[in-house]
Amino acid sequence: MAIFLTKDSKVIVQGMTGAEGMKHTRRMLAAGTDVVGGVNPRKAGTRVDIDGRTVPVFGSVREAMDTTGADVSVLFVPPPHAKAAVTEAADARIPLAVVITEGIPVHDAVAFQAYARARATRVIGPNCPGLISPGQSNAGIIPADITKPGRIGLVSKSGTLTYQLMYELRDIGFSTCVGIGGDPVIGTTHIDALAAFEADPETDLIVMIGEIGGDAEERAARYIAGHVTKPVVGYIAGFTAPEGRTMGHAGAIVSGSSGTAAAKKAALEAAGVSVGATPTETAGLVLARLAETPGNLA
Amino acid sequence: MDLYEHQARELLHGNGVLVPRAEVVDTAEAARASAERLGGRVVIKAQVKTGGRGKAGGVRLADDPVAAELTARRILGMDIKGHTVHRVMVAEPVEVAREMYLGFTLDRAAGRFLAIASAEGGMEIEEVAARRPEAVARIAVDPAEGVTEAKAAEIAVAGGLPRETTGTIRRLWTVLTAHDALLVEVNPLVVTRDGAIVALDGKVTLDDNARFRQPSWDAADDRARDPLEARAAAAGLGYVKLDGRVGVIGNGAGLVMSTLDVVAGCGARPADFLDIGGGASAQVMADGLSLVLDDPDVRSVLVNVFGGITACDAVADGIVRALDTVPLTKPLVVRLDGNNAARGRAIIGQLAHPLVHQADTMDGAAARAAELAGTAATAGTSATGGTSAFAATGISDTSDISAASGTSAA
Repeated sequence: MAIFLTKDSKVIVQGMTGAEGMKHTRRMLAAGTDVVGGVNPRKAGTRVDIDGRTVPVFGSVREAMDTTGADVSVLFVPPPHAKAAVTEAADARIPLAVVITEGIPVHDAVAFQAYARARATRVIGPNCPGLISPGQSNAGIIPADITKPGRIGLVSKSGTLTYQLMYELRDIGFSTCVGIGGDPVIGTTHIDALAAFEADPETDLIVMIGEIGGDAEERAARYIAGHVTKPVVGYIAGFTAPEGRTMGHAGAIVSGSSGTAAAKKAALEAAGVSVGATPTETAGLVLARLAETPGNLA
Repeated sequence: MDLYEHQARELLHGNGVLVPRAEVVDTAEAARASAERLGGRVVIKAQVKTGGRGKAGGVRLADDPVAAELTARRILGMDIKGHTVHRVMVAEPVEVAREMYLGFTLDRAAGRFLAIASAEGGMEIEEVAARRPEAVARIAVDPAEGVTEAKAAEIAVAGGLPRETTGTIRRLWTVLTAHDALLVEVNPLVVTRDGAIVALDGKVTLDDNARFRQPSWDAADDRARDPLEARAAAAGLGYVKLDGRVGVIGNGAGLVMSTLDVVAGCGARPADFLDIGGGASAQVMADGLSLVLDDPDVRSVLVNVFGGITACDAVADGIVRALDTVPLTKPLVVRLDGNNAARGRAIIGQLAHPLVHQADTMDGAAARAAELAGTAATAGTSATGGTSAFAATGISDTSDISAASGTSAA
């Protein structure tokens, strides 16, 4: 099995006819994703041929869903139009919207996350690589050929660290890898993914990658301590990062001293999570934890 | 982007918030002239983007224009937490009856903005927040609704502010939303002897992602930026200058941050953070490499790329292209994995440059770069051993470099 995305997922792409949208639609199709359409009001009714597949373009998310039964939208819409595009997807009540777009103003993200939440649309991202259930479906820009299906679940703020860990653990394989994005306001959190992996009978161990800023990792640590029975291995980036410019005076009042990598690592370890010092060491901890978990894997 | 106090003051004033009359100058003589225009007795305030100016002696009262000139001369050129004072604000003094705190900031966990209000403003607000959190009210704002009159009244009551502040509360919310700010903070917000609500100081952080719809910001940008950072910005590179000797280049903010940590774990200090981003072209790689090589502090360079969208052969071509124009005088360690890694490694191999080294793993590459920078930890371990050198050093040893907070990125 997998979380959020399976072989049955029917995917549409908002922004498919743009350069990034076309490139990644081609990659998603090659990875086996069931891409059933694109959305572009100005090109409604046209078709796009991609490597021998013909993908129809619809005028709206609603029309695409009604025609194809789509239940996932991947968005490559540029920042100035991202808020309208997510709002449209939520109005159509699509269950999952994966927002790849980088550089969306925070005020827009605050508005569309609240809007989508009220309409039961799960948003992943923005500024994320999307998610992949290897061998089943790939919604976003994660390279599909660096790993294989398996029983590790991975949730990460960072795209390239996701790839690095997928590659390090390519011989074991993954149920689903979810890139939740590095923006201050994101839809799906570490905790959402941890809960889904905990409930997924085909995930044996969870890898959680965090980085400096905010207190999402500390909150995830508290969640793990109370709700997660599966082994969790963690990694945190940013021990040597300089003090950030956007973390102002009032920000410190909100989050206290919990934005540092050291605090995040300590919180995770206190919750029983093994935290690696490097991505490679983290992969080694995964192997060790799996070896001591009876009945799992080979 | 953080604004200077005088820039924040302009935004507040432009939205109807009362602020003291003030002028910004960069010489002591001009401060004297300003004091004459403002009525003689003035406050001289250092304009630097850091807190704690008052405690550092960067905010002083001057009784007359002559004293203003002397005080400005003392403050101009001062160093406050690593920030040099290039300008001072000369402001009319205000008779304060009462000091309060009021701000709007982003609550990342809740994914919305919230008001922070306290009847106890001034220099000690952080201590108040830490010692008696109940004295600082935090009220979430519904993004669709915004700050209505009723919401402003709720914020005032929760924070223990007088009812007369509701207008100011709504105006600060307008500053936040109309200007795409992530933080708008007034500390102290004061009630004057004659009952007016005045913002004595202001701090505003703008959201860089909103630049496309806020064209006026370019003028607000800092002119005195680090020259390498300015060059990187012009080339569209994510670059931060650090204080070490190992130049670091990678793709993706998470992987680059991680690379800095691994270098630090090998006992060396990174000289920079440079993210060439996703899908980087050969040109971007070439721009990045020549930038890092031009940093006089850099003793060795580490290129750590895991190709996802980025193709390793394009990265390798970029390295070759950069070396055509920039003579390599410092050792360069390259680690390529992922998309087209074999082709990329072959291109670097054919280069056969005596100063260019390839490594199979991220940890091994970091250890090599640290060793070549001549600053690697040597106490009983071999710095060439990759993971072993790292394990011997331990990540906790990097705490002295600064386990600092900051923004995150994917």
